[in-house]
Amino acid sequence: MNEDAEGAATAGKPLGGSSVTLAGTDSWYIGYRRWLAALALIALAIALPFALSNYHVFELTLVMIYAIAVLGLNILTGYNGQISLGHGSFFAAGAYTAAILMHRYGVPYWATLPAAALICFALGVLFGLPALRFEGPYLALVTLALAVATPQMLKYFDTWTGGQQGINLVKPLPPPGLGLDRDRWLYFVVLAALLIAMRVAANVLHGRSGRALIAIRDHPIAATAMGINAARYKTLAFGTSTLFTGVAGALSAMVIGFVAPESFSLFLSLSFLVGSAIGGIATIGGALVGGLFIEFVPNLANDISDAAPWAIYGLAMLLFMYAMPRGVVGSLGPWLAQLTRYVLENSSRQKMQTEKGRLS
Amino acid sequence: MTVKKAIAASLSAASLVLLGGLAFAAGQYGPGATDTEIKIGNTMPYSGPASSYGIIGKADAAYFAMVNEQGGINGRKINFISRDDSYSPPKTVELVRQLVEQDQVLLMFNTLGTPPNVAIHAYLNDNKVPQLFPATGANQWNDPKHFPWTMGWFPNYGIEAHIYANYILKNLPDAKIAVLYQNDDFGKDYLNGLKAGLGAKASQIVATQSYETTDPTVDSQIVALQGSGADVMMTAAIPKFAAQAIRKIYDIGWKPTHLLSSVANSVGTALKPAGLEKAVGIISATYYRDPTDPQWKDTPEYKEWLAFMNNHGLSGSITDSQAVVGYSYAQTMVAVLKMCGDNLTRENIMKQAASMHNLSLPMLLPGITLNTSADDYQPMKQMQLEKFDGTTWKLFGEIMSGT
Repeated sequence: MNEDAEGAATAGKPLGGSSVTLAGTDSWYIGYRRWLAALALIALAIALPFALSNYHVFELTLVMIYAIAVLGLNILTGYNGQISLGHGSFFAAGAYTAAILMHRYGVPYWATLPAAALICFALGVLFGLPALRFEGPYLALVTLALAVATPQMLKYFDTWTGGQQGINLVKPLPPPGLGLDRDRWLYFVVLAALLIAMRVAANVLHGRSGRALIAIRDHPIAATAMGINAARYKTLAFGTSTLFTGVAGALSAMVIGFVAPESFSLFLSLSFLVGSAIGGIATIGGALVGGLFIEFVPNLANDISDAAPWAIYGLAMLLFMYAMPRGVVGSLGPWLAQLTRYVLENSSRQKMQTEKGRLS
Repeated sequence: MTVKKAIAASLSAASLVLLGGLAFAAGQYGPGATDTEIKIGNTMPYSGPASSYGIIGKADAAYFAMVNEQGGINGRKINFISRDDSYSPPKTVELVRQLVEQDQVLLMFNTLGTPPNVAIHAYLNDNKVPQLFPATGANQWNDPKHFPWTMGWFPNYGIEAHIYANYILKNLPDAKIAVLYQNDDFGKDYLNGLKAGLGAKASQIVATQSYETTDPTVDSQIVALQGSGADVMMTAAIPKFAAQAIRKIYDIGWKPTHLLSSVANSVGTALKPAGLEKAVGIISATYYRDPTDPQWKDTPEYKEWLAFMNNHGLSGSITDSQAVVGYSYAQTMVAVLKMCGDNLTRENIMKQAASMHNLSLPMLLPGITLNTSADDYQPMKQMQLEKFDGTTWKLFGEIMSGT
């Protein structure tokens, strides 16, 4: 969302016409408004769980977890153009890291998050190295193989993973004195993780590295000619991406309280890609829309028809892609930015005019 | 939360009044039960890798619909809410929380699969919601001390293996036993059950071999087991590997007495792929009447089941033994609810479920009954042995029980 708003703002500057100062006020205005909007959204996210039942709080927690995972995939697929059908495996790696540390070694839940991040980053980089040799559909196939193999690998290493039976976890207790129950406490833990993830992603993607990633995606030869180390950036994109998804996996292990091989089927990996595409593949805000889609659309489809829920799910997917081919945020974002710009420009022009009128 | 507290408060108030000697004409109710309705929650894999078991949920729903058509249970209609979890444990957790917290079901019934049930085990017990008759054969559902809100149903893998041990002790006392088992909890439940059943004679197990579900074949394991000189073989495997074992044993000319886990005794999915002539003489165990077995065709119980299937849009599944199992699960649930009378609290549900006494169900084998008590949450403990004659399984011997 941010990127598109910014893009529209900079693209609009020369067209703004009247004066440089006006355009300056403009973008300051937009930046200021954007911060206000972000703060309002955060305030809403903090207030929301107190207005909802425990079950809905739990559902929203899952939405945010999926959003973090989708955000990870967006970095790789959206910004860097590497298609992964295997992010469910890294989600599983994060979940099992947290589960094994908590269950076997009694590590407190919050301390498993950096561990999951580190392990999944390392796994992503290691996987990214050979993956460098594969482009487009071939990389998709390699990651698909990873996703298909994951449940069986988890069963194979059963001394660690608990095999078929999985690992049962005690849900983290909220710190005493806060007056929060477990569901709401976990909601805030996940919300904090999501905000950090979005901030980090924005920092990475809106700077030098982000431009390098996009350049590699759009024109690898030109990017290399410009002096961008494609191999290094692609590997780092893989590692950063799996880091995000792994942290999401670790959070899911805490929130669900149980991990088993069946939890990480191929469908999970596909869901991430679907969520990413529906939300807007090269956007940060799109991850949230993707999380909402992953969590709610299958349930809605089931409510509409018991007999063919997956047909309805497919139909919903088609409708979304047909109406908004660049995803919800990718398609609506520029339009929204244009609208706000138009409104702002008019109001500031009016303000200028009234000020001029007052001066004369 | 507040609703729950209010309900708990009104319940305790109600029981105080009862203690005071004032009898109520109306019933006592937990969440999800009223004068006119009993809400039951369930999850099933209607889609995904285990979707072939979805017929159990369809049979449950059809049976409850039939009970409702006939007036319900003590005038109350069953509202059976069954959702699709695709055999994915996180989805099960989500759906069960929805059923318990949003839909306010009285109890969870017949959730399918070991991983989905493990995932909701602690949640349901923490919240004191009955987890009745999960459709899984793992050994852990009979643990009333630690999990007083969870009760299993069919003979678990350990009990079945125990029955094979009893058969060996009685009929083949000098047996040298070889075991092929799947290297996970399912396979180990069988191996440990066999050892426990053999007791002092467990040393007669001369060789064990395991396989991983990722192995391409079990040929080398079979050859190794033959090399041990064993004359009795127990196979604790899923259909694919059971078929490979049956074929290999036949092909290398080994002729042990072959005991085959009931998980893999389906003619269609295990014996046919192996070759029916290679499966002649194999022994397995069962607890229900196989709908394809001609010996039941003329019994009133089978005819009633067939009519039920045909009248409820399930005529496409009349050869599916899982439809018999689902029918029997639903009958157990109805029997427990009838025993509860007008006291439909969660506490009383568990109390009545733990008071089953010689409950017999029409489509179980004649002589098999369900029994429970406050410290025995394993309703079914009996099975009967059967031998494959080249076309069908033929029951033989007595009803046997294991522990």
